[in-house]
Amino acid sequence: MCVTVAISARKLRKVYPGQPPVVALEEATIDILENEFFTLLGPSGCGKTTLLRLIAGFEHPTEGTLTMHGEDLLALPPHKRPVNTVFQNYALFPHLTVAQNIAFGLEMLGKSRAEITRTVDEMMELVKMTQMADRQTGQISGGQQQRVALARALAPKPKVLLLDEPLSALDFKLRKDMQLELKRLQTETGITFIFVTHDQEEALAMSDRIAVMSAGTIRQVGGPRDIYDQPAERFVADFIGDTNFLPAEITAFEGDSIQTRLSSGKTVKARGHADVKQKGKVTLAIRPEHASLASEDEGLLAGTLGEIVYFGTDTHYHIALDDGTGFVVRRQNQPEIKAAYASGQRIGVRFGDDVAQVLRD
Amino acid sequence: MARYTRYDVHRQTGFTTIAFSCFVLLYMPIILLVIYSFNAGSSIAIWEGFSWRWYQSAWQNEQVQEATVRSLIIALWASAVSTSVAVMAALATTRTRKFRGQSVVFALINQPLMVPEIVTAVALLIFFAGIKVATGYTGLFYLILAHSAFCIPFAYLPIRARLQGMDLTLEQAAADLYATPFQVFRRITLPQLWPGILAGAMLAFVISLDDVVITEFVKSAGQDTLPTYMLGQLRRVVTPEINAISTALLSISILMVIAFTVLSKMKK
Repeated sequence: MCVTVAISARKLRKVYPGQPPVVALEEATIDILENEFFTLLGPSGCGKTTLLRLIAGFEHPTEGTLTMHGEDLLALPPHKRPVNTVFQNYALFPHLTVAQNIAFGLEMLGKSRAEITRTVDEMMELVKMTQMADRQTGQISGGQQQRVALARALAPKPKVLLLDEPLSALDFKLRKDMQLELKRLQTETGITFIFVTHDQEEALAMSDRIAVMSAGTIRQVGGPRDIYDQPAERFVADFIGDTNFLPAEITAFEGDSIQTRLSSGKTVKARGHADVKQKGKVTLAIRPEHASLASEDEGLLAGTLGEIVYFGTDTHYHIALDDGTGFVVRRQNQPEIKAAYASGQRIGVRFGDDVAQVLRD
Repeated sequence: MARYTRYDVHRQTGFTTIAFSCFVLLYMPIILLVIYSFNAGSSIAIWEGFSWRWYQSAWQNEQVQEATVRSLIIALWASAVSTSVAVMAALATTRTRKFRGQSVVFALINQPLMVPEIVTAVALLIFFAGIKVATGYTGLFYLILAHSAFCIPFAYLPIRARLQGMDLTLEQAAADLYATPFQVFRRITLPQLWPGILAGAMLAFVISLDDVVITEFVKSAGQDTLPTYMLGQLRRVVTPEINAISTALLSISILMVIAFTVLSKMKK
């Protein structure tokens, strides 16, 4: 499969005037590929929705360029951009039926009656809403409204589909179903999806690539595994999944590995991004499920076992390390394993070489 | 819940009495007026039995007929003109970023609500007198224009309220689906706005229908509207015919207000 860039943003900046001015997006430079499920992930106010609205054309950037397949998007008003949006509140037209909503974009493009009818039928089939064609949008459930919004945005066959937290209003079970559904639709249609969410699990489960954002800045771009296993900085490690942070010191570089000394004095090899080049004090990130419990002497670090929290599928062991930092080890529960540890006992923590990730400051 | 009942205004001594007296004072005169419109005698104070006599008499009175037709023509034109202007004004003041002097613009649009009517009336009298002399034209146009002007804020307020309550993302969604700005207005904004427009038009219609002050000053000879005709009659003989006309006007207004309430509460 050849890789083509669908959307390309260069130093895109958005400042809202005011006292003081609000910087919503700070020099965003990003390439979103064709046929990609791309997610903008971050807490509220991180600029992810602003970036989406800039692509849709509802906002105009203060600086920077934005192109789509090489064509300047910024010169086009929203109604001339070949992108469609699924809004957070769906924004279905309340005075139109389900079928009329889905047909709207096609009508505006001046398609023939026959083609509109055919495409609308196709779309309703795709999102399994065929029986609901003549319902008013107020008469269908939230999940169904979601499907109609999706069908409406997909019907004109846009090159890029923008999705602004479309699942946030749905309940847990429905959200899980829709995640799979969206992924299926993206694969079937081959349309580039740009998906905005603050839900890291959702992002990991659905995306080909993720851009983690915070405070108007893109912090890291990568596949779900890269982001989860090799977070570049503390924010990313902290925002996505649970993470233990350990103070450490880089003592040597050995090829791709970085030799680090922990607060206990023991050494372990860690990984880091290419731009980590300096020796000295750093922070390591270790996922709770990548560490294991050991006896006090065998562990890389030692401490006192605090709370043991049972979660059904796994158990979390909270440990107060001797250097004062807290550490959590997550262990999957197996039927044959009985609780062999007791709160208050001395314990060690162990993890392998190249498991810990050196964070950029 | 029970703890707060002593703050409930219903519990204040005399609340019911005061409220009741207020309603009696407000509506008793109107009820009396309606009752005496059915009086068989020709007094507006001595009851002589039930009859439709005065309704028939008003219905057959040519002056009443002419004044009624004139009133309706003016009210229809005035509500049409003022509603169109109000829609544009409401769009211009809600579908834009906040700008300097926005509150001044609001004040200017709503000016007829604030400026004493008599001032507007005198101003229009002088202004139109000049034009009448210069052009020689003395038709209904002046009244329609004057009514349109003071009806604008009444049409503007419900339309603006409706526009402000509308979900802006609907218009964005339409633009996103390739609708040009005009198509967005035509296909999305306007259908949503209809209840507000109708409500505004009806309010303007009722306001125009019962205006006395401005009409009295602006009208040329022989251009009585129903209210100014009634005012003229009061200076001469007062018969229950006036009551009958008033009751008819009242019925129209009540119907309009009911329709207005229903429309403005219509589901968005």
